[in-house]
Amino acid sequence: MSGPRRRLLAWLQRRPAARAWSLLGPGMLWLVLFFLVPLLIMAAYSLMPRGTYGGVQPGFTLQHYRRFFDPLYLAILQRTLVWSLVCTAVCLLLGYPVAYLVARAGRWRAALLFLVVLPFWTSFLVRTFAMIFLLRDSGLVNNVLLRLGLIDAPLTLLYTPFAVLLGLVYGFLPFMILPIYASLEKLDPTLLEAAETLGATPLAGFRRITLPLSLPGVVAGCFLVFIPAMGSFLTSDLLGGAKQLMIGNLIQNQFAAARNWPFGSAASFVVTALVLVAVTVYLRVRDRAAEGTG
Amino acid sequence: MSVRSRAPRGLVAVAALVYGFLHLPILVLVAFSFNASKFSAEWRGFTVQWYHRLLERADVIRGLELSMVVAAVSTVISAALGTLVALALARHRFRGRPAVEAFLYVPVVTPEIVVGISLLLLFALLGLPLGVATIVIAHVAFSLSFVVIVVRARLAGMDTSLEEAALILGADEITTFRRVTLPQLWPGVVAGALLAFILSFDDFLITSFVAGSGTSTLPLVVYGMARRNVEPSINAISTIILVVTTAVLYLAERVTRER
Repeated sequence: MSGPRRRLLAWLQRRPAARAWSLLGPGMLWLVLFFLVPLLIMAAYSLMPRGTYGGVQPGFTLQHYRRFFDPLYLAILQRTLVWSLVCTAVCLLLGYPVAYLVARAGRWRAALLFLVVLPFWTSFLVRTFAMIFLLRDSGLVNNVLLRLGLIDAPLTLLYTPFAVLLGLVYGFLPFMILPIYASLEKLDPTLLEAAETLGATPLAGFRRITLPLSLPGVVAGCFLVFIPAMGSFLTSDLLGGAKQLMIGNLIQNQFAAARNWPFGSAASFVVTALVLVAVTVYLRVRDRAAEGTG
Repeated sequence: MSVRSRAPRGLVAVAALVYGFLHLPILVLVAFSFNASKFSAEWRGFTVQWYHRLLERADVIRGLELSMVVAAVSTVISAALGTLVALALARHRFRGRPAVEAFLYVPVVTPEIVVGISLLLLFALLGLPLGVATIVIAHVAFSLSFVVIVVRARLAGMDTSLEEAALILGADEITTFRRVTLPQLWPGVVAGALLAFILSFDDFLITSFVAGSGTSTLPLVVYGMARRNVEPSINAISTIILVVTTAVLYLAERVTRER
């Protein structure tokens, strides 16, 4: 063994913290430089006056946050919040039964699970395009309805609130199913057997045992849907057209056409703050649930 | 009657509908990439002409090449850095560890649009020209945490007694890592790397902020086409993207399930 290498190892041996940080160092440096620092720059930009050609001027102002209280932008914020909440609720209603069945599917479990994981990892852009293909005036849905004689003229499905909500649910449903499945899979079946032996009906068993024990998965799923829904851009951009703007579209527009970087940064910071609040609430709820179930 | 025996019919019906909802749109999209009709969603016979048409489009070919290069480079970097971070978290005690763990989850929960614009601001401030390098930097920044999570899960399930035995028998730490830890850890690293590859290959939103005018990855090209009009060539590219991601995902599943 070479001398320098032995000396380096001996030195590291004596300093456990240095050893840990030599492993952590490169990755953490990357995340600090290219994740944390950019977020701080964004926060700073949101408090500075707008420059003439994009960018900012030195100074301090709260005008970009004040501008958010303009009814036009409040309406966009409200729409984003309402749609994200509705999307989360619909995903929960549709996703829970699926997670429940997959968890008890026996030998089909791996295959059924893979069929949920697959869309989870499939390109969001491609999936959104699939929705366009179905919903547009000359799309498959209208085509089939016309052929069956159920309608005389194509329905306007694309570029409506309905299309955006459908796209959001379609996009984020797997994010709800997977965590609920993970918590149901860990559930000890002997608990339900015991309940049944003691005379509980299946419904009571579900309400008193399965549902409470799957709550951590439900809460995690709700946040995994709500957070990306709040920041979504593609769905409303491609399925909603110009009239169904969400915050994501507003932010993107400030960096593309409007060239108002500080206002875009402020809008972006509002989204980040809402997400941080949501995550904090989630961690609180999770810790309390963990205390509750011991 | 045992508890696991049967699920209510209504539940099965809902699940069947959800599976249909999740998969039918994609299946339809793929099927119609082979449709001879250009405009309507009516079936006019089988053709592969849309795939041939793609080969003639320089922007698509270039986008595919660029996406492959970016995904390959950023995957190697995130897999290497992510594995080291996972090792530190799983095998070492140090101060500030809870903070490091919490920090690693920040990229997972931050909306993509926020990541995209904040990186654009950084690059603009530094005067870095937007291009392949900035795309790779961004992709590593958002996929690193996922690699850490996957590799750490593998490390948590690994038996440490072999490593201890190697150290007792006189191997130094680097030799132990190379000959004992890494071979056991490999499936976790490969699975993490494959997921990082998919994340990079599929990313549209973050890339759209940090890509220069001459460096459009495949998703950016597809987005441009989807905004302008809906033609079967997009179905064909979508099918190619789906085949790539499904193949990579299947590989990741196979690798993690071994042993």
